[in-house]
Amino acid sequence: MDWFPDFLLFALFGGLGIAIISAPLGVFMVWQRQSYFGATLAHSALLGVSMGLFLEMDLSFSVILFALIIAFGIHQLSQKTQLSSDTLLGILAHSSLALGLALLSLQNTVQIDIMGYLFGDILSVTSTDLMLISMVGLITLVFYLFHWRDLLNITLNPELAQVEGVHVKAIQLQYVLLLALMIALSMKIVGVLLVTSLLIIPAAAARRFAQTPEAMLLYSMILGIVSVVLGLGTSMTWDIPTGPAIVLVATALFLLMLIKKAPN
Amino acid sequence: MSLLIKAEHISHQFAQTEVLNNVSLEIHSGEIVTLIGPNGAGKSTLLKILLNLLQPTAGKVTRRSDLNIGFMPQKIQIDPTFPMTVGNFLNLGRPKRNNDTNGWKRFFNFSAHDTTEIQEVIDELNIRHLLNQPIQKVSGGQMQRILLARALIREPNLLVLDEPVQGVDLQGQTELYHYINELRKRRNLGILMVSHDLHIVMRNTDQVLCLNQHLCCSGTPQTVSQTPEFIAIFGQAGNELALYEHHHDHDQCDMAHGHHHAHSTSDKE
Repeated sequence: MDWFPDFLLFALFGGLGIAIISAPLGVFMVWQRQSYFGATLAHSALLGVSMGLFLEMDLSFSVILFALIIAFGIHQLSQKTQLSSDTLLGILAHSSLALGLALLSLQNTVQIDIMGYLFGDILSVTSTDLMLISMVGLITLVFYLFHWRDLLNITLNPELAQVEGVHVKAIQLQYVLLLALMIALSMKIVGVLLVTSLLIIPAAAARRFAQTPEAMLLYSMILGIVSVVLGLGTSMTWDIPTGPAIVLVATALFLLMLIKKAPN
Repeated sequence: MSLLIKAEHISHQFAQTEVLNNVSLEIHSGEIVTLIGPNGAGKSTLLKILLNLLQPTAGKVTRRSDLNIGFMPQKIQIDPTFPMTVGNFLNLGRPKRNNDTNGWKRFFNFSAHDTTEIQEVIDELNIRHLLNQPIQKVSGGQMQRILLARALIREPNLLVLDEPVQGVDLQGQTELYHYINELRKRRNLGILMVSHDLHIVMRNTDQVLCLNQHLCCSGTPQTVSQTPEFIAIFGQAGNELALYEHHHDHDQCDMAHGHHHAHSTSDKE
């Protein structure tokens, strides 16, 4: 495959990995109306980059570490505070993004491509990234194999689920941490500003065709994969940034799905 | 009548506000206990404490070691984006059993609800025709029956029902209460029911607990409805309730007599 350069292969595999991981996380984000939570997490992930540079750590590692810390913090905070979670998340999302950007600009020793973090730079995916994505994919698979039913029951009604013996808080925290991992890894693919769309749009597009949660998961995964493949193709053909191209393809697919009549 | 759950001297505060003050109660198998009280009386808080969803500030809850609670929440909001049929919803309520199905199917919820027990409940509650419908489309009354079915699928020994007849028409209410009473007899279930509607439920209830932050009165429906505390809180409801009593006990006659007597003396003056 001489005509197909390595970096494109990395980009393709990275994108496919993220598309597959985001499907199970995305459907629950849609069902539980948590998209704003995901957006906040994504916005604050940029802090990981700034802190990594500041502390002179490996950037992939610091992004993952800070995403996990921030996810844990927001999760705890949203359970304790009186402030409406909508408002709280709005404040956190933008203040952390602002802080991340401010800290980045203070690092005058290194020149850093902020655009790459905001909108993704899929061509910079390395073999380390691919390994990390595979690992998170594996963790996600194991988590969902054991807790799919539990997550469905929590989505239906957390109190009922808890009375029925589901460890609601522990499972929700695990879900949120998994989400943080996925967001940290997808920064290179679509960037912090577009991550949530990869989680939500395929899931939303899959809704009308699905009669069961499992079917919606499957369709959402397929739509995510198609978006990544077509997005990469579009990006190459017309020379548009890959992140926006993937999101635009996903949106186009979503609009296409709207043509189908809603199931009764 | 073995003891299922026992709460002793439960008090609870949210921030600095006292919601429950020294509440004690017991529920035995085969017994229907109805918890009544005005809005803000702490009914839901007490329920959460009994269900172990909330730790009380003070007091102790003891549960029988094999206690298995079937819980019917007051209402349940399911997002329209969640593709969920009634059948799937009931299926998800089945208790997890590791030897249930073999292999990978155990992980997801593909296994059909096939035990005769469940089929029986589905028929008795007349929800079979709804099984393939999206759960977001069923009516309020149908939803209550579905929620009750889900609570029963776990084969509980204690049934906790939070406002079970909410949104159900009068005819349906009578039927539902009749069914619950049948269940109690047939399965020897303990039943805790929360209600702010006193008119129908009380007939089959063994014990009524009237809650207004503290337990202001308790006893059989007949005695409770006559206590001054009950009348102070529920006022006219107490009188309406008497319509369901075919036989008046002596206490009530005495009270009526005393009242009449006092009234006539004042007339003379």
